[in-house]
This record gives sequence, C-alpha cells and structure tokens, in this order.
Amino acid sequence: MTDIAVKPAAAAEGMDYLATRTHKLVTVYLPLALFVFVLLFPFYWMAVTTFKPNDELYNFREHNPFWIASPTVANIDKLLFHTEYPQWLFNTMTIAVVATCLSIFASVLAAYAITRLRFKGAQTIGLMIFLAYLVPPSILFIPLATMIYALDLYDSIWALILTYPTFLIPFCTWLLMGYFKSIPYELEECALIDGATRLQILWKITLPLAVPGLISAGIFAFTLSWNEFIYALAFISSEEEKTVPVGVLTQLVEGDVYHWGALMAGALFGSLPVAILYSFFVEHYVSSLTGAVKE
Amino acid sequence: MAAVVIRDVEKAFGSLRVIHGINVDIADGEFVVLVGPSGCGKSTLLRMIAGLEQITGGSISIGSRVVNNLPPKDRDVAMVFQNYALYPHMTVYDNMAFSLKLRHADAKLIDERVAKAAAILNLKDYLKRYPRQLSGGQRQRVAMGRAIVRDPQVFLFDEPLSNLDAKLRVQMRTEIKALHQRLKTTTVYVTHDQIEAMTMADRIVVMHDGIVEQIGTPLELYDHPANTFVAGFIGSPAMNFLSGTLRNGAVETAGGQAIRVHTSKTQEGQPVILGVRPEHLSLGNGGAGIAGRVTVLEPTGAETQIFVDTPAGPVTAVVSERHSFVPGTPITLQPRPDCIHLFDAQSGRHL
Amino acid sequence: MSQAIATGVLSPRRSLAELLDDRRVLSFLFMLPAVGLLVVFLAYPLGLGVWLGFTDARIGRPGIFTGLDNYISLFQDDVFLLSVFNTILYTVVATVIKFGLGLWLALLLNHSMPFKAFIRAIVLLPYIVPTVLSAIAFWWIYDAQFSIVSWALVKLGLIDHYIDFLGEPNMARGSLIAANIWRGIPFVAICLLAGLQTISPSLYEAAALDGATPWQRFRHVTVPMLMPILSVVLTFSVLFTFTDFQLVYAITRGGPVNSTHLMATLAFQRAIAGGRLGEGAAIATAMIPFLVFATVFSYYGLQRRKWQQGGHDD
Repeated sequence: MTDIAVKPAAAAEGMDYLATRTHKLVTVYLPLALFVFVLLFPFYWMAVTTFKPNDELYNFREHNPFWIASPTVANIDKLLFHTEYPQWLFNTMTIAVVATCLSIFASVLAAYAITRLRFKGAQTIGLMIFLAYLVPPSILFIPLATMIYALDLYDSIWALILTYPTFLIPFCTWLLMGYFKSIPYELEECALIDGATRLQILWKITLPLAVPGLISAGIFAFTLSWNEFIYALAFISSEEEKTVPVGVLTQLVEGDVYHWGALMAGALFGSLPVAILYSFFVEHYVSSLTGAVKE
Repeated sequence: MAAVVIRDVEKAFGSLRVIHGINVDIADGEFVVLVGPSGCGKSTLLRMIAGLEQITGGSISIGSRVVNNLPPKDRDVAMVFQNYALYPHMTVYDNMAFSLKLRHADAKLIDERVAKAAAILNLKDYLKRYPRQLSGGQRQRVAMGRAIVRDPQVFLFDEPLSNLDAKLRVQMRTEIKALHQRLKTTTVYVTHDQIEAMTMADRIVVMHDGIVEQIGTPLELYDHPANTFVAGFIGSPAMNFLSGTLRNGAVETAGGQAIRVHTSKTQEGQPVILGVRPEHLSLGNGGAGIAGRVTVLEPTGAETQIFVDTPAGPVTAVVSERHSFVPGTPITLQPRPDCIHLFDAQSGRHL
Repeated sequence: MSQAIATGVLSPRRSLAELLDDRRVLSFLFMLPAVGLLVVFLAYPLGLGVWLGFTDARIGRPGIFTGLDNYISLFQDDVFLLSVFNTILYTVVATVIKFGLGLWLALLLNHSMPFKAFIRAIVLLPYIVPTVLSAIAFWWIYDAQFSIVSWALVKLGLIDHYIDFLGEPNMARGSLIAANIWRGIPFVAICLLAGLQTISPSLYEAAALDGATPWQRFRHVTVPMLMPILSVVLTFSVLFTFTDFQLVYAITRGGPVNSTHLMATLAFQRAIAGGRLGEGAAIATAMIPFLVFATVFSYYGLQRRKWQQGGHDD
C-alpha cells in the first residue's frame, strides 16, 4: 500500500477539515494578526521612542517614525543616571515584595482556616473577604490619607506596604481557598489519624501541595502591587520615596517640556520587571486569573 | 434508510496512520457492530462516517452518495455519543426538538415527533427536566430520543453503554435491539465489549490495529474464526490456546500430550496452535485428552468454571454440572472433536 | 474571657501545644492577620470616608459635621454632574466594546493553531504591564503634534491634518475609552477563553449532526454555556472600569477643561490637590450606590441557573 500524502491541514482536529485553508486564513488568522498588532503596537512604539535620539524623534519629515535611523541609549542614560529612577525601582520592588509576603502570609492562614478549620461563621467571613475585593481604592484613598497623616506614615513607603494588603489579601485569600479546596481532605484526615497536629498538617501536607497556588497568588499580588497608583500618588510626595509609575509620570516632565524619550524609557523599563516575571510564570498567571473568575 | 459502503478507507493523523484500508459493506436496515480493543480505530471509523473526522483516503457512501466532503449536517445521520452530549441548558424536550427547530419545522410536527420518541423510550414524564436532573440511563435514552426524532438514514452509536453500570447495560442492550427491530434503521454500533456485539449484531466487524480481522454474523465468528485474534476476542471465557506440533494426525503439545485432530491443510511437523473453547471441554475419565491439575473452581450457579494447570499452559473449562474438586486434583479434559480449531503458529490464521 | 474559660478553651491545665491544636483557637489566630488588617485599613476607612463626606474637613484641619451640605453643593456643581455622566458613559461604552472584541478574540484563540500558547501569552501583555506606564505610551501616541497614528493616517491619505486627540472634549473621551478598551480586551479574552475551553467538544459535534451551522452552534451552544462566566467577568469589569483612576489621570488629568473627569479623578483633584477632603470624600461616596447597583445586577447573572443545578456532571 503506497503512502498517501497527507496535507498539513489534515493534521487539524475533527471537523476543522470542513473549513478551507483560505477560509480559515481570512476568518481566523487575519483578525488574530490584527488583534496582536494592535495589542502589541504601543510596546513597540515605547521601545522605538526609547532608543531614538531626540532630533529624530520630532522630525517626521526626514525619518520614517517606525524605524530608528541611529539608535541611541541617551534616553536610557538620562533615565538611569540623571533621575531618581533607580531609587523608584528600589522602592517599588521593596514595597511589592514586602506587601506580597505579608499578604500571602495572612491569606494562607485565612484561607486555610476558612476551608479546613471550618469554624462557625467561616462562610460569612469568606464572603466578606470576597466583598472586600470589590471596594476599590478610589473610594478608600481619602480616608486612608487622613489615617496615614495621623499615623505619621506620610511620605514613607510603609504607608504603601501597610495599605496594599487591603486589595492583595482578598484576592489571594479567595484564590488560595480554591486551591485548598482542591486538595483532597482525605489526605489531612489520614494525617490526623496518624497523629499529626494541625500545624504540622498545614506545614507538611497542605502547603507543599498548594505550592502552585502560592506561586500564582504571589505573582498576581506582585503584579497588582506594581500596578497600584492612586495610593502611591496620594501618600507620597518627596521624589526619593516615589514608586516607578508615580515617578515616571510626575518627574519626567519639566514645566512644559515633555521628555518623551526619557518618558518612554521609563515606561519601558518600568514594565520590564513584571513582564519578565510574567514570562517565566505565564501558566500560573493565567490560572490565577481564570481560577479566580471561575470560583 | 440506506446502505453504507466503506471502500478502502484510510485515516492518518499527521504522519500517524491509524486505519489502513478498510472495506465494509453495510446493507440497508442492517445492525452492524464494530468491535475491537481500545485503539483499534473503530471510533475513528464511526466518526468518519458521521463526518466528524476527515477521510484521509478511500471513500464512504451513504445511500448512493459519496459523503467524503459533506459536512455532518448534510449526511442525514444521527449519533449517540458515549458521554451522551446532551445540551445541559435545554430541557429533555428541547434537546430532542433541537434538530427540528433548527430546520424551522412546524411546531405541531415537532410535538408529534418528540412525543412519539418519548413514548418509545419511556421519557414522557421527563420532558421538562434538565439533563443534570437525570440518571445515566435516562440520559442515554434522551440521547437516543434525539437521534430517533431526526429520522435519519443511519444511526451511529459510539460506545453508548460504557458509562452505565452492569445491570443497566444489560437492560439497555435489549432495549436498543428492540428499537432496531421496530424502526429498522441502518445502525452502526461501536463497542469494545464482545458480549454486546454478539447479542445485538446482525453482523460483526472485528477490528484490530486499524484493520479488519473478520466480518461475519455472530455465530460465524464464533464457529469459524479466521485467526487467533478473532478466536480469542469472541466468546467468554476466552478460547484456550495450546501450542504444539502436528505429528501423525495429532497435535503434540509441550507437555507431551497428543490430541487427535482432523485436518487437510497441514504438513507434518508444522508448528500449530490448537484452540478449543472452554465450553467445548468435558471431563474425561483418564485416557486421551488434556491432562492437568485443578487450580481454582468458580461456580456461577448455572455452570462451573474450572481452571486447570497443564504442562502446556493454563486451560479453562466450563461445564454445566456442579463439581467440588479440591485444588490439586488431577483431571483430564476432552475436547469435542468437531470443535477443535487449528491455527498456523506463525500467522495465526485458521487452517 | 470567662466564656473561654467556661468552655474549657483557656483552662490552665492546657499546654501551649494543645492550645495550638484546638480548632477554635487556631481559627481565631489564623484569621487575625487578614481580618485585622482588613478591618483597620479597609472597613474602618470605608466608614470614615462616608463620615467625611458629611463634614467640611480639609487637609490639615479636621472638619465639623455639616450634614448634606457637600452633597447639595455637588448636585449643583456642573463639573460634578459632568463627571457622573462621563463615568457612566466611559463605563458603558468601554465595557460593551471590550466584551464584544474580547469575545471575538477568545473565539479566535479557541481554534487550534501553531504557537497557540505563545500567542495567548503575548496577548495578555497589555493587562500585565502597569496601567500608568502603558497610559503614558498612549499619551505619546495621542500627542497632538507627533502622534504616530496621525502620521500614518496622513501618509495613507485618509486625513489631511493631525488629529487633536486630547484637546477636544469628545475626541478626548473617545481616546480614553479606546485606551481602556485596549487594556481590558486581554483580560476579557483570556477569561472567556477559559470558559470556552470548558465546553465539551462533543456538544458542538452533536449540534453539527443535528444540523447546526457554525453560527447556530455559536448561538445555541457557546453563548448559553458561556453565560455564567460572562456574568462574573462582567461584574469585575464594570466595577473596575467605573472606579478607574490611573488611565484618565495619566493621560488628561481630567481635562480639557474638566471634560474627561471621572468621579475618581475629580475626587482626587478636589481632595488632594484642592485640599477639600470632605468634598472629595462625598464624591467618592457617591460612587457607592452605582457600584452596589452594578454588583446586584450582575448577581442575578451569577445565580446558578436551573440547568446547572442537581445531579452529577456527565
């Protein structure tokens, strides 16, 4: 029996063969390419502007704006060495890491208590924590500002470290509740019969099995911290204490002059830490996003 | 109602070929069962008839039309899936009425057809329920009802009873067979269970690794298997196989026993496999036959299964009398002379 | 305390280890960090914020109770009323388009294709990156003189002068909505994609055999089965779009001439920049009724439908 040549399209699943190649090209690949282009273009534009020298930037007649005629690192140089950017980077990282750790710690305990210890009123408290996520920072920032003044935390990164958990904990708790629920209770019952204390069970059995959930929650919390803006804008005023989003937006504009090159460099580099983390943990990120929504 | 002709059909997923040249002629109104172990390609073949998979090579015709490039909705076939595939957000009534509603059929006609199908399948009380509120057996009936309402040329069943418990399976088997006798629609039924095949089919297609091993009526397959695979697959408990050499009109097994056989198509000294079904073995009184020691007895009430250890390998016998042998008892089994099968040791083909 | 002793929890004979193994003690301890933090920094401020709305507090001096004064003056304030209108407009338009395009993208991504995981990953990028930073990029893209979009459109001969994206009120609103949509599509798409993937393929096959065209399959199988997850995503999306601050602040600060102020940005301007905490708090509190309405509305969508209840899964 001679081998029958198989067209690549035949490798597709099931009923796919009914749509012709061109049909699929027009209805699927073309729109998808358009989407991808539109979604990624601003990043491309950010990068191009970062590496363009200023004179090229504003001169559209001689240079096609899509390409860079003579790339330069001058903008990056200005950003890293002539602004407080490295300090902002440090601040934001510190805040994100500490707030994330705090939140994960609190969330793990709360999630475990609600799903496993099942105390009276657990469901209600769980619901309240979920509802807490629905209270947006743009409503809370004013009263929080007065509290921050009163606690003498104004203009300190601690103001942010203490307030970020308000939106990190609800989300992480909720996510971790889902993960804990998916660990078979029989495993813990078995350990209880074997004589383990509850703390031992948490530490030795539940937590190791929930590691993917912990990673997902941690990454999401980290990203949310980087993305926060209104608290950082309201609670901090001195340049050295600012976070990256606030610093880039407020400090790179001198009067009427917008240093677009440096601004784009700031935007690009500010996006990098989160993007890099994301690229290593894409699956975790997607699963935390969809897991939270599916709950 | 239509005949289904499968001619030289091949299927490959990318570079992996799973079906190699299958020919089956299904007559109009026939109930044909595709049976074989997991991975033999039977479900794939069924899906190609339905139009859910592309036909890589060869042709399939339903009625007088070649359907290779027809989308499923134009092939006039209905399928009952293994996991029922009922629309969870529709009531039983709407599930069954769906295909007619798509064709903008008259509401009265829809009502009639659904009511008729519901009556045949005893679903009249469940019409307003949702699939989640039904048991497995009920869901299976709704899936069949959906197919009946379509009134197609061919019914396709893809292992519909696999998800049901044993008792329900037996009950549904009879119901499906009765349904076929009533509606007389051409049916292609896929299963891995040879009992289902034997009890329900007009003809059976035994498949293995993407090829057809044998096509025939159940009794043909039982009495005259074409090779060791079919012989071992059909019939439960499975046929006993003993390897040996043909000498002087008898098969000499490894244990030194000789069993007389009648054969014309063999040569002296040819290595053969002797096959005999457990139900064709009777207890002998010493003398000629297969000798061994009893290991396990399994009484099922209607009959007794005796597991015997012989020098040529383990042998199972099924007898209708009750016995109470102590394990270790020596025993001789005599095969019915006209029920001894000889297979070529190399190819497995029936001699 | 006495109750704890009475129920034997704090009986003096129990060791620390035993205490820590008691379900009730442990539950209390475990919940303490989370609940404590949330009560102090969320529940209390929420109440405080509502209270502040009834005072004339300013930065640097606590206010006195002034009843509904703030709200009365706000309802006569054109800028405030405009911000309410803007917020509703922004939310409704952006959400509708976000979901339309997000669903389309999810359907596209649901096909089998090469590099699917990679494409899915890069598609989510706009949502990952800090909003303000991508907003700055849009600010640059929308620049009146140097917009790349204007340049391209002029080059293609479609327009003859550069677009003033942010200088004219309606243009500015449109530009902001577009930026919001850009950011929101990936979130909607990825969540809906997850929902699409829970729909068993055999349902589509059954529908195809029943005679459904691709459009009918979409209408009768995909959409109904996607409804539950759609409601959830919708709730979140509406909530976060309504209370959006970053995007508008970064690109227009509420301008030109207050025409793009959302309630959140106006609250910030009045309270922090203008120093009138009481008034700002009142604006922020005014958002709450809308949010409650949106949540309750979506809650009905979240209700498990009759067909999801009962029995076991297939």
